[in-house]
Amino acid sequence: MSAGGLHPSQPFPDAARETLADAQMRRNLRHAAGTIREKRLRAVAEVANWEDIRTQGASIKDTVLGNLAEHLLELEASVKRRGGQVHWARDAGEAQRLVADLVAAQGVSEVIKVKSISTDEIELNAALEARGIHATETDLAELIVQLAEDRPSHILVPAIHKNRAEIRELFRHKLGADLLTDDPAVLAEAARVYLREKFLTTKVAISGANFAIADTGTVCIVESEGNGRMCLTLPDVLISVMGIEKVLPSWADIAPFMQLLPRSSTAERMNPYTSFWSGITPGDGPQHFHLILLDNGRTDVLADKVGRETLRCIRCSACLNVCPVYERAGGHAYGSVYPGPIGAILTPQLLQLEDENANSLPWASSLCGACYDACPVKINIPEILIYLRGQITPHKTPNAESIAMKTAAWIFNEPHRFEGAIKLAHTGQGPLVQHGAIRALPGMLGGWTSSRNLPPFPKQSFRELWRRENEGEQ
Amino acid sequence: MKVSSEARLDILTRINRATGGQQPALERMPVLPSSRPRADIVAQFAEYAAEYRAHVQTVTESEVPGVLALLLAGKRVLVPGGLPAAWLAPLNTTPDAGQSHAELSSFGAVLTTCAAAIAETGTVVLDHGPGQGRRALTLIPDQHVCIVRADQVVDSVPEAVAALQAAITAGRPLTWISGPSATSDIELSRVEGVHGPRRLNILLIDSA
Amino acid sequence: MQIDLFITCLNDALFPQTGLAMARLLRRLGHTVRFNEAQTCCGQMHFNTGYQAEALPLIRKFVQDFRDAEVIVAPSGSCVAFVRDLYPKAAEWAGDEVLLAQVQELGTRTFELSEFLVKVLGVEDVGASYPHRVTYHPTCHAARLLRVGDAPLKLLQNVRGLSLVELPASDQCCGFGGTFSVKNPETSTAMLADKVANVMSTRAEVCTAGDNSCLMHIGGGLSRLQSGTGVVHLAEILASVEGEG
Repeated sequence: MSAGGLHPSQPFPDAARETLADAQMRRNLRHAAGTIREKRLRAVAEVANWEDIRTQGASIKDTVLGNLAEHLLELEASVKRRGGQVHWARDAGEAQRLVADLVAAQGVSEVIKVKSISTDEIELNAALEARGIHATETDLAELIVQLAEDRPSHILVPAIHKNRAEIRELFRHKLGADLLTDDPAVLAEAARVYLREKFLTTKVAISGANFAIADTGTVCIVESEGNGRMCLTLPDVLISVMGIEKVLPSWADIAPFMQLLPRSSTAERMNPYTSFWSGITPGDGPQHFHLILLDNGRTDVLADKVGRETLRCIRCSACLNVCPVYERAGGHAYGSVYPGPIGAILTPQLLQLEDENANSLPWASSLCGACYDACPVKINIPEILIYLRGQITPHKTPNAESIAMKTAAWIFNEPHRFEGAIKLAHTGQGPLVQHGAIRALPGMLGGWTSSRNLPPFPKQSFRELWRRENEGEQ
Repeated sequence: MKVSSEARLDILTRINRATGGQQPALERMPVLPSSRPRADIVAQFAEYAAEYRAHVQTVTESEVPGVLALLLAGKRVLVPGGLPAAWLAPLNTTPDAGQSHAELSSFGAVLTTCAAAIAETGTVVLDHGPGQGRRALTLIPDQHVCIVRADQVVDSVPEAVAALQAAITAGRPLTWISGPSATSDIELSRVEGVHGPRRLNILLIDSA
Repeated sequence: MQIDLFITCLNDALFPQTGLAMARLLRRLGHTVRFNEAQTCCGQMHFNTGYQAEALPLIRKFVQDFRDAEVIVAPSGSCVAFVRDLYPKAAEWAGDEVLLAQVQELGTRTFELSEFLVKVLGVEDVGASYPHRVTYHPTCHAARLLRVGDAPLKLLQNVRGLSLVELPASDQCCGFGGTFSVKNPETSTAMLADKVANVMSTRAEVCTAGDNSCLMHIGGGLSRLQSGTGVVHLAEILASVEGEG
């Protein structure tokens, strides 16, 4: 199974069916989502001016996106001034080659990684493997996913779909760890022992970046376990891959994000560890630093005035945790490293609305709006979902749905057509009505009646009844 | 490198094509100094740090050596330069002399000061200046004892960010620490102490 | 006040009793009601499903049909939210500034029934009587787009004889989502199953809401399970007086 990437291997409804049929996975998801939803509400309620901070976060991101070239050039100059090197990658392939060349130049065949969705997006691990370089994931959940040759299913808790018993078996098998119990503390200890040796001996580390400050050249990683600090501090060489939208203008701009991100993601007041570094610090940490600025479709999203808002995303995963569709269908159904509501708008856009499977994602929503309420940078996800549906639909080849929709629009354009259609429906439904309800519909509407009845059309519509009741009054 | 410079030009051109036209200027929220009593701010820091399983003790300046002696008895303690000699006297300390990472893992504990602390979140911030040392010191040993002076505690994250501007401008790295390392990756059940120090002690010097 | 009824296509075709109840209620409160028979559909289904070119003429038609209305009231949070929230977006995306100005003005005159009663008219007791055990499902668009808040609950609390029972996890979507339930029927069903279980746990006789679309979905699930709990639109409960219901 692929380690990541953006391209779903099947349309959402088909992929969702797999999770929906997996009772264990559904229990894991329901428990996780429910727990973190409650916690997030409490963490957010503590901050009196939360709405102001959200607005500030959104407007900083909008400003950055509006002047992106300027901020990136300033970031590049600042990082170089501090002794780092900056590289630019147009797409996944270029980024893979850049990283692989940098690693190969060190003459090593092992690297350690701290969780980075951007490197999952570009399927870096597989590309490195093809060059004879093995990358070890050091985040506990990422390690679990990697050892299981599985795919991440959540931005923040990539192994949310696995329970402790499954993980114990995995560690026994893959790490040779003789584990007495499946207590999470015991499992975490096994990972600590396994990774400590790697942290102390591996020469090259690869990370993503949560934020980067243009005017000081400071890069930021937000984490919990300390594996990030290990990767950012102990190796000789650090390579960080970041999407071009992650830049912030000035140091002061980090403040709202350090308030928004932890409470929205892990629902904590603050995550255990956050590291900031600016290029090279003599005598402290890696003495070689490479920052790779990744486009990979982002400039296309930027060019769309409505879709651009998507690039505000700080990858907190609050939208996943409140999404009723994610909770049932699971992260794998989205077929991309970006699951959930944000994935439903980001993935198809990064693929220029040209990937047919990814183009099914904007419909993977009931438009309930919970994601917009939760988003710390106020991305109006439901609105962008609707917008993308409108961008994708006209390019589809005509089908039963489009004919039905066009016919309906034609009917709605004239009240007499509408009234006639209701009458026709009442007459035509005859054979479908049993004991006062419709229990089975044909064709594309059949999914509805597989679990729900439908009321039949009444004898008379509102307008007919109204006319009779109010005759002579109007 | 040739590819990267072509890529650079290409990406910048694409960005400029996408973003042309006038852009709104950013209005930043002013950072207002907290109006809460100092005592409340300091107390909240202690409470919140403890909620994330840091061991917090409030002490007076003169109590520090005694408390440290109890806390670090029998341990080989790594210390960065710049700590008061009085604190170290009762301890078995070794100064940071550029030991290798493997050598650092033989120490039982590390003792440092901090650059700031945040009440809103229970966070201590290291800027790795004097008294704090290079980043590896507070990462590899299993216990971190961090001394925080009450006057270093600010109320909010924006106040802390403002206070750290000078360190960032000087190019110093920062480490923000909120409790010991932790993971919730297995069934969202929180486990303290994964890769970083499994024990975080905060000595809060409050002379008030 | 002269009130224009916005009956919505679903209510017109499938739930005529809801519109009649709303008209009866508003008249009982001393207002004049009018139904312009030129109206058909606000265009939400087309717009939200991706047929935005087909929706635009319906939006323009709606503007035309209601241009003389003082206030427009509908028994649907979803369709009102569409008019208020998404008409401006539709105009913006189509680059039609004239339409944008028209729909922005239109939005200030358009209300969902419960918010109109409580927030505009300031009425919380409509003099209704409905001696039944009732639970209330806050529909997503009324709650999150219109922010009707507790307006429906205030109205229900003042209905004679009505015993209101809290619906667990009431803020969770029922899984309808318009064509979502057709395009992703399995996921929608999984959401519905939880909603129906929560409704049944209240042992209410009736589940009510401000939208017949969501009620049709929840009711469809309840009816398939032969649960004994029915669904009734909020307008019908508020229109009931002693001796009926």
